[in-house]
Amino acid sequence: MAAPIRQTVLTLYKSLLRESGKITDYNFRLYALRRTKDAFKENKDVSDPTRIQALIQKGQENLEVLKRQALVSQLYGSTRTVIES
Amino acid sequence: MLPRLARIPNVMVKDGARLITLKLLSTSTRAGAAAGAVKLENTQGKKDSKVLSHEEPRPLYLDAQSTTPLDPRVLDKMMPFLMSQYGNPHSRTHAYGWESEAAMEHARKQVAAIIGADPREIIFTSGATESNNISVKGTARFYKNKKNHVITTQTEHKCVLDSCRVLESEGFDVTYLPVKQNGIIDLEELEKSIRPETVLVSVMAVNNEIGVKQPINEIGELCRSKKVFFHTDAAQAVGKVPMDVNQMKIDLMSISGHKIYGPKGVGALYIRRRPRVRVDPLQSGGGQERGMRSGTVPTPLVVGMGAACELAQDEMAYDAERVTVLSKRLIDQIVESCPQVIRNGDPEQTYPGCVNLSFAYVEGESLLMALKDVALSSGSACTSASLEPSYVLRAIGADEDLAHSSIRFGIGRFTTEAEIDYTAQKCIEHVKRLRDMSPLWEMVQEGVDLKSIKWTQH
Repeated sequence: MAAPIRQTVLTLYKSLLRESGKITDYNFRLYALRRTKDAFKENKDVSDPTRIQALIQKGQENLEVLKRQALVSQLYGSTRTVIES
Repeated sequence: MLPRLARIPNVMVKDGARLITLKLLSTSTRAGAAAGAVKLENTQGKKDSKVLSHEEPRPLYLDAQSTTPLDPRVLDKMMPFLMSQYGNPHSRTHAYGWESEAAMEHARKQVAAIIGADPREIIFTSGATESNNISVKGTARFYKNKKNHVITTQTEHKCVLDSCRVLESEGFDVTYLPVKQNGIIDLEELEKSIRPETVLVSVMAVNNEIGVKQPINEIGELCRSKKVFFHTDAAQAVGKVPMDVNQMKIDLMSISGHKIYGPKGVGALYIRRRPRVRVDPLQSGGGQERGMRSGTVPTPLVVGMGAACELAQDEMAYDAERVTVLSKRLIDQIVESCPQVIRNGDPEQTYPGCVNLSFAYVEGESLLMALKDVALSSGSACTSASLEPSYVLRAIGADEDLAHSSIRFGIGRFTTEAEIDYTAQKCIEHVKRLRDMSPLWEMVQEGVDLKSIKWTQH
């Protein structure tokens, strides 16, 4: 993987995890964190440049969704579940 | 001028179970203009309310068969249509209508894709109940001059069974096929039940209470060879197990939005075009959805349903793998620590996200009450208000006492390992406690055969 792409992917990964952590709902937050990690793990050996570009694009779209939905969850809040407290 | 306080006697308004006191206060301001304010006061304490207050922690959710949470990615797709893009998708004269129509047609493609259908074969409804009603009543009524027999199973969802009851009152003949002990129908028995006047066979793909998968491929093959329409209620199957209407030779299929992390209040019905299936519409009106379901299509909801289908298709393998792991984790933990736990339904031909367990010598309702930290159900949400044992469990030949002691665990996309472990531990703890209190359990431990006991009638 070329260096600039590697940097883009790492930044994207970190941003996705950061935004996932902001979701207030326990189940959604854990899902977002888990799904992000699993998706990057699943695709870590992809070498085809067009496929990499498509995946980055998808990740960026998901990042936008996460940003909006994290905000929505913060606006409305959510009650803690019994295993969080 | 001095401020003046005009008092109006308190008005008591009875609103459902809660008493609300309306205090109408009118004070004159310095300027002399009277400003009115209505103050609403709840005279009852928070303790009486069954709804959770904000401080109380929320129970864990393990009831994925009754409904699933709306996936935030689905909500994200719906939002624009709940805000600025509010056009009626059937408006042909302006851009508001066109953009809504485009969104609706895109959603139709997404729904069609997950079941391998043509978008023109999908009609949007209010949910799987409506889809089932249109399929069962609509098909039977359309062909009533030629054929008058319908076949279904004893373990179908209430809405299919009730539609069949209505058909019976209209003079149709209905066969309610029994199921084997594992919850699966006998194909030979189905074949024997098909007559020349049979118009429809309706068998659900995945059972909502015990999670059993019916042999849809074989049923489809059999129905096609006998030239009988085949309807399947796939509300619990779509998005969870692979479904293909052409490979499985399905003629009509009901899909629900809120069982696949989509919004509530929307569903879809697949109706085959070749060979063409025709239905008598239940609802009269503007002729939307090719006349089969009049009424404005709710754009935000169908956009949500489409997005949920696309997501479910993309995530099916990932979700399935996870649900299988969690399901095994739950069953293993419970069975390891609790003797005499019976899993209802076939252990192989099943959707792993639906685990129905019977805890012998424990009353199901008591266990559900004890497990108040976990949202669980003894079976279908539609019948959970009654204390009657589930008709599905009775149909698979479960003893009355075992049918009374069953609990359904519904595992979904958002369930975590910690939730499974917590539920299993609580469950084991309470089953032990309830059994220790039970005289029946004590007798069984002493080696008494309960079936041999003659109970005196009072």
